[in-house]
Amino acid sequence: MPQFEAGTFDVIVIGAGHAGVEAALASARMGANTLALTMNLDMIAFMPCNPSIGGPAKGIVVREIDALGGAMGRVIDKTHIQMRMLNTAKGPAVRALRAQADKVLYQQEMKRLMEDEENLSLHQGVVEKLIVEDGVVKGLLTQAGGIYRAKTVIITTGTFLRGEIIIGDLRYSSGPNNQQPSIKLAENLEELGFETVRFKTGTPPRVNSKSIDYSKTEIQPGDEEPRAFSFETKEFILDQLPCWLTYTTAETHQIIDDNLHLSPMYSGMAKGTGPRYCPSIEDKIVRFSDKPRHQIFLEPEGRNTSEVYVQGLSTSLPEHVQRMLLESIPGLEKAEMMRAGYAIEYDAIVPTQLWPTLESKQIENLYTAGQINGTSGYEEAAGQGLMAGINAAAKVLGKEEVILSRSDAYIGVLIDDLVTKGTSEPYRLLTSRAEYRLLLRHDNADMRLTELGYKIGMIDEERYGRFIEKKQRIEDEIARLRKVMIKPNEETQAAVRDAGGSELKDGIRAADLLKRPEMHYEMIAKLTQSDIELDEEIKEQVEIQVKYEGYIEKSLQQVDKLKKMEDKKIPDGIDYHAISGIATEARGKLSEVRPLSIAQASRISGVNPADISILLVYIEQGRIAKISV
Amino acid sequence: MEFDTIAAISTPSGEGAIAIVRLSGPEAISIADRLFRAPSGKTLATQPTHTIHYGHLENPWTEEIVEEVMVSFMKGPKTFTREDVIEINCHGGITSVNRVLQLALRAGARLAEPGEFTKRAFLNGRIDLSQAEAVMDLIRAKTDRAMDVALGQMEGRLSKLIGTLRQALLESIAQMEVNIDYPEYDDVEEMTRPMMLEKAEWVKTEIEKLLQTSSQGKILREGLSTVIVGRPNVGKSSLLNSLVQENKAIVTEIAGTTRDIIEEYVNVRGVPLRLVDTAGIRETEDIVERIGVERSRKVLKEADLILYVLNYAEALTGEDALLFEAVKGMNYIVVVNKTDLPRQIDMEQLQELAGDKLMVTTSLIEEEGIDQLEQAIADMFFEGEIEAGDMTYVSNARHIALLHQAHQTISDAIAAAEMDVPVDMVQIDVTRTWEILGEIIGDTADDGLLNQLFSQFCLGK
Repeated sequence: MPQFEAGTFDVIVIGAGHAGVEAALASARMGANTLALTMNLDMIAFMPCNPSIGGPAKGIVVREIDALGGAMGRVIDKTHIQMRMLNTAKGPAVRALRAQADKVLYQQEMKRLMEDEENLSLHQGVVEKLIVEDGVVKGLLTQAGGIYRAKTVIITTGTFLRGEIIIGDLRYSSGPNNQQPSIKLAENLEELGFETVRFKTGTPPRVNSKSIDYSKTEIQPGDEEPRAFSFETKEFILDQLPCWLTYTTAETHQIIDDNLHLSPMYSGMAKGTGPRYCPSIEDKIVRFSDKPRHQIFLEPEGRNTSEVYVQGLSTSLPEHVQRMLLESIPGLEKAEMMRAGYAIEYDAIVPTQLWPTLESKQIENLYTAGQINGTSGYEEAAGQGLMAGINAAAKVLGKEEVILSRSDAYIGVLIDDLVTKGTSEPYRLLTSRAEYRLLLRHDNADMRLTELGYKIGMIDEERYGRFIEKKQRIEDEIARLRKVMIKPNEETQAAVRDAGGSELKDGIRAADLLKRPEMHYEMIAKLTQSDIELDEEIKEQVEIQVKYEGYIEKSLQQVDKLKKMEDKKIPDGIDYHAISGIATEARGKLSEVRPLSIAQASRISGVNPADISILLVYIEQGRIAKISV
Repeated sequence: MEFDTIAAISTPSGEGAIAIVRLSGPEAISIADRLFRAPSGKTLATQPTHTIHYGHLENPWTEEIVEEVMVSFMKGPKTFTREDVIEINCHGGITSVNRVLQLALRAGARLAEPGEFTKRAFLNGRIDLSQAEAVMDLIRAKTDRAMDVALGQMEGRLSKLIGTLRQALLESIAQMEVNIDYPEYDDVEEMTRPMMLEKAEWVKTEIEKLLQTSSQGKILREGLSTVIVGRPNVGKSSLLNSLVQENKAIVTEIAGTTRDIIEEYVNVRGVPLRLVDTAGIRETEDIVERIGVERSRKVLKEADLILYVLNYAEALTGEDALLFEAVKGMNYIVVVNKTDLPRQIDMEQLQELAGDKLMVTTSLIEEEGIDQLEQAIADMFFEGEIEAGDMTYVSNARHIALLHQAHQTISDAIAAAEMDVPVDMVQIDVTRTWEILGEIIGDTADDGLLNQLFSQFCLGK
């Protein structure tokens, strides 16, 4: 194959899935001349699994992406078929938004956004290998012989690396949804010394909406209130499509039992490690055999299609068994299966081979993001893509690297978990993974991150101005509530009584009254005779910040302690094996992860407090030694 | 280098009449001043460095006087760690020294890691480079030893008990997390405040029980702190001498740095007694006159066992009634001495005052009744909640400190739940409790929750 010079860029992003698009958009936005290179331009930001974005923890990630100037939130706001706020009956820390997407519209919108982005080129091509010289990536070579040169490269190939689809005993080399897999690139990465693991994930069948008997199912409508992920969205889609709920039956379970030997998971055909949080239906039934039924959600894949995603029925049983399964479910008795479910196995790189910037430790200027790093989920991919894009561009532009901490963002938790602990299964964010979830809320993502976004060039002046104004209004209102006294007059007592609380004995500051569980901002605003007009978002923030001040304060104190440990940097190039006091297991782990700070070191499993103490002593010893020389 | 302020008991447990709680760090002095009350009213911060001060520790939250102490005040850098150092000398009993430590922790100090004072000494340049390796060895050894203690107890009931508490908490936490992460799953019962409360209350009670056993652990290590009280001339000294002579006492004379204290350790039918301090006993000589005085009450309050001696040959007085009032609710044995003399005491009235407490009559001069008294002591000890040979007890200062922390966090959780705080916020403190309990048994593996989550519930997108 004759080779040719195909172009020179600051940053090249391989792949244009959810990680790739954020990486490319961020890099371009930061001012780096960027190329997004994908196998198929029609598959940009494709959702091969569920047609939905957000949910607990993940939805907050989407907010964070938006607060940092990323795209996911803006695009889904324009292309969803329904949106719901989840966990509204719980505390503010765990509220999260979830949208059902119009898959096709989402792709189109994202492609448009990329095409419109300055500094960003969009090319179709299959990457054969990276060009690496002296441990530094210099560009790549495509199947067609194109030599693309770049200062930094970001790989976001998702589940394509040596992807294999498995349905029953049918097994073939493929990317998701029968796209072509990346085999040469996988081999190339192996040659370059990357350690990989074999993971597995799966997807359920899709059925034709026209063949569903919805009368046998329960309707699941979206929220009537307008909702949006992006802080900037001002137009809301109010015409929503519902989802539907049905259940598996005893018959479904019997069919699975009878055909379990045909399941690649149980016949031993599939070897990859699957995610525990998203098991196949056969897994659920084997592991929880006492459960009489499982929920099945029917989710439309868009407005202009009849395809319906059968959520909860992820399976790799043979196609004929999948048909039987569907027939056993109320409402789906006559359902026409348009696509069968399948399992897909793929290579993921062991993420402890990355720095917290998502740059590879082995090969300089090479970044990886998304499912290739062992995660699952569009949001997890997008969050990493954004950070890889920011850091790859920052490196080219000579700017400071950007690492979010565990107390900054769920994205920080995600990346820190990956590069510090690695993962033994496809990694999904869960709220329980965050230590400071009260700080990492849906409502305050902009307060946490937009300042940073502006600083690094991801947020423009105009938006920043709006943000500063909002922030000011929140602060002013909180200050006002802390100052204003509410008298125990009849109006107040009536309001308090109506809310189900006990009457005031004395005058009380408005903020203190708001702290009572039964009181809400609107009531307080009324009692303080405030004529200030505030957005719902601002009211929400004020209420949360005042009401949960004690808890927030406690979390902040913990963060403060952590910060001290984060600030204790570990110089690179320490030979952990030369430190006698550190336990053998810890030496191995430290050498592998090469933590940047004492805090990160202490999070590595197998590294105990004594090892950390000794490490501190050692680092200090180095310092003292230098001084005495 | 900048560090936070650490505190620990720096004297070996059970080996001295005086125990020292040491604080080191930038906040050491301010923390001490928060607790310390000198008779002069002066704060430590205003004192010259390297001086020792007499005074009391006050619990600033309750304004209750907690301990009589001597406090050494040493400003850095001429200290062991080169930081500001405070050493609080207090009574040697685990209960009192732990109370002092807990106060210091509550006032803002952090419990020191094993070997941490030495580590700081090194990090602050107090120990030179050639000693670095020794420091590392020390840290390793101390940590390993701390682990051994944990492991030693691991097989015992303590770790089982803590494990049970943690598992119970974990199930609630997992359920809560599932409610949060899979809000639409109908097969997972919604965790409600009353459910959370019930679990939290139970755990709190269990922690309290464990904390109570910490004094039983102390008994095994240090002896049952025993105070003899009574009006003058009832035979208190004779009783002390009899117990000592009878039991070939291990008499230790430890000259404390603050005042002379003599403790007598005796072993009474398998029950180690620590007949506390002559100073204490001297004080109790005139207990009747000083019954209203704070200190006297405190001496009694701190005792594990009180031997209340009355004179068989004298009628009961109002002072006796006062004393009965003072020992109310405590563990005491009534000793009616001098049965060799004609009876003047009204035994019926006495019985009424003593209620269901054990009563023994003795004639110490005739060496009568000692056996019965000893049996009574043994009975009281062994018939208590303690089972001989297979005890769950907490004696390690670190464990006690952690249990106190766990107690605090679970109490916070309960208070929040009662105030209708959303259950997922209540859970923050429940999770913290679970983590702290994990530190006690050395189980800090953080994948525990996820494993629980996925084994307890059937989840899926």
